[in-house]
Amino acid sequence: MSPELGHFALALAFCVSLVQAAAPFASGGGAERRLGIARAGARVQFLLVALSYAALTHAFVTHDFSVAYVASNSNLELPLFYRISAVWGAHEGSMLLWVLILAGWSCAVSASGAPLPAHFQARVLGLLGALSAGFHLFLLWTSNPFERLLPAALNGRDLNPLLQDPGMAFHPPMLYLGYVGLAVPFCFACAALLDGRLDAKWTRWTRPWTTMSWTFLTAGIALGSWWAYNELGWGGWWFWDPVENASFIPWLVATALLHSLAVSEHRAAFKSWTVLLAIFGFSASLLGAFLVRSGVLVSVHAFATDPQRGVYILAFLGVVVGGALTLYAARAGRIRDGGAFEYLSRETLLLVNNVLLVVVAAAITLGTLYPLAYQALGWGTLSIGPPWFNLMFAPFMLLLALLAGIGPHTRWRSDTLGPLARRLRPAAVATLLLGLLVLFLLSARTLGVGLALLIAAWVAASTLQNFRQRLRAGSRMALHRLPRGFLGMTLAHLGVAAFIVGATLTSAVSTERDVRLAPGESHEVAGYRFEFLDVHEVPGPNYEARRALIDVRRNGERVALLAPEKRVYRSDGQAMTEAAVDAGVTRDLYVALGEPLGGGAWALRIHHKPFVRWIWGGAALMALGGILAVTDRRYRRRRRAERRTPAGEAAPALR
Amino acid sequence: MKALGVTLLLIACACPAGATVFEPREWSDERHRQRYHDLIEELRCLVCQNQSIADSDAELAADLRRIVFEMIEGGESDEAITAYMTERYGDFVLYRPPLTPFTVALWAGPALFALIGGTMLAVTLRRRRSREDAGTLSAADRQRAERLIAGED
Repeated sequence: MSPELGHFALALAFCVSLVQAAAPFASGGGAERRLGIARAGARVQFLLVALSYAALTHAFVTHDFSVAYVASNSNLELPLFYRISAVWGAHEGSMLLWVLILAGWSCAVSASGAPLPAHFQARVLGLLGALSAGFHLFLLWTSNPFERLLPAALNGRDLNPLLQDPGMAFHPPMLYLGYVGLAVPFCFACAALLDGRLDAKWTRWTRPWTTMSWTFLTAGIALGSWWAYNELGWGGWWFWDPVENASFIPWLVATALLHSLAVSEHRAAFKSWTVLLAIFGFSASLLGAFLVRSGVLVSVHAFATDPQRGVYILAFLGVVVGGALTLYAARAGRIRDGGAFEYLSRETLLLVNNVLLVVVAAAITLGTLYPLAYQALGWGTLSIGPPWFNLMFAPFMLLLALLAGIGPHTRWRSDTLGPLARRLRPAAVATLLLGLLVLFLLSARTLGVGLALLIAAWVAASTLQNFRQRLRAGSRMALHRLPRGFLGMTLAHLGVAAFIVGATLTSAVSTERDVRLAPGESHEVAGYRFEFLDVHEVPGPNYEARRALIDVRRNGERVALLAPEKRVYRSDGQAMTEAAVDAGVTRDLYVALGEPLGGGAWALRIHHKPFVRWIWGGAALMALGGILAVTDRRYRRRRRAERRTPAGEAAPALR
Repeated sequence: MKALGVTLLLIACACPAGATVFEPREWSDERHRQRYHDLIEELRCLVCQNQSIADSDAELAADLRRIVFEMIEGGESDEAITAYMTERYGDFVLYRPPLTPFTVALWAGPALFALIGGTMLAVTLRRRRSREDAGTLSAADRQRAERLIAGED
């Protein structure tokens, strides 16, 4: 019964989302009244989708194999944890999660105090409701997760073993929170364009929402990369797969938006550009959804294949993006951008940041879509892989990082080269010393590696110097007095430095060996001796595993006891490599178990990956920076202050 | 070529990810090992969805790895090996797409984007700099601003 309940709730949610979408734009009734309806709509819609989501989860937990989706993605032996995460393990359920999250963001906007004028908040909710309606229709029409399977299956086909990993369980919700979260700045931008006014308040309202989705997106992408590293067994962390790109393009645009909002808030400049970026951000999300969900790509991650879905999303994409851009074209002329600035100023540097990020986002979009166009035009098939993407990505990003070291030291509006250079001198000296030391230690492999490390050192040094100056400029014990936005930026930029160090060193000085070892034999990699002790069978909940024990020693002392596994899942006989990793700050030791080679010997892959953890550590720092920035006192204090004045008569805005 | 695409789709499921086969190899020269790793990363497994032959455990990928190994040990250059591969499997096998009339847009695209971005940047900066009056407020705006400041903080 509960699947029908879930289906019914979903249909009701669609109807409610239509009301939520229409009410704010209806004539008659006061703004407050229209807002009231939109608000109630957002909340009821969220409850209904949550109910629907709970019904599907219930079907998974109780092994209801009369639901086709459950039968294809679960199994009697699947552990509870993965039965819950299996809800978003394939197309239909992940779209339901998408809709749930969109309704959740709607609900959050409706509940976020009352700093917004009533008619504006109502319109934002209305636009969010319209987006929800589009996705509800997609679910109900093309991807119903509650489709019955009659007669019911006795057992399910099981969740793809690749997805039975904690990293994969958390990666999609995080990513979707980010993806879908970009709908909020998008709707803020469209509502402002409809109003025909974009004031300082608009940027102030938009900024925390953008930062929040950016944070989730950062965390989601990092989790995905961590999953690939652990689960795919080859020790890589990024492949430039179209599905990865689909999440990375919105991240790049969101990062640009984050920075351009800073200018809009402080200096009231770039406002029309900021609005355009907000539109691009969610458009990139939708493009990603199209790529992943339509089956147009054939790649490691893309499971869905159904042209009907592709056509629907493409049409939806066209309507949403086309509509927003038309609105922009009609209204952007009215946006008055204030704030003149000189060639050398923080505005200029942030503008360069934006140009670089958008150029890279466009380049990656080109590389992702090119093979599709190539095939569609009948030119044959084409592969575009890491060599092309790295070449197009790295130079721009290193330039961007170089500027990230300078930007925060620069003054708004106008700066002069001499004093700026003097301010940066300590950081430059520190960079050179640090860089020389590192180069000496590593006996620099190539020019590129050396340059990347120098730039990473530069970002770190100048960020820390900026932090110290701000600390000194404030009063004693000033750490807690520093704005959290500034602390967030400091952490995020340090994260960039850490990421560059990790990515560079991992690709430049990793060692990988495929070896054949029999019990008692050992092999040395990068100063570590890996001794193969034995292999024994270990039963898993839904798989049989053979687990090897590898004793890792350095100078005779034990460093780690690693236990990589080779699993064979009972449901479909699929073999999986479960690598064992000894994680460390300066290096990971990574062992994966291959095939038996006869005579008791096994094939093993041993990696020594210096600084690989810095990649995810860097991403974690960035995400942490995002969290700090969202909780900045400015937003909280303002919200309280604004709540005191009735929403309807908020002070007229500065244009 | 279209037939190839369909075939690839059909056999894609014969190529499970997550269980790579490792091949211990004996090298006559350490530099050969490095070249081998670089090369197999840049060659695409033709029967997989999107995996290099380094990451794939399909039989075809194993064959191709063996060929790369033998050609390197046999003293062939990287160019000779990629030429051999493209001759047999077409450009699809290369993750670094070759420059042809059909890929000019791909290779030139990012530079073109950068050029457009740079031009727009230059124009914007010039315009911004010359707009001295944009930062000043009218008397009415100033009054309103003062009211706001007084009211808010």
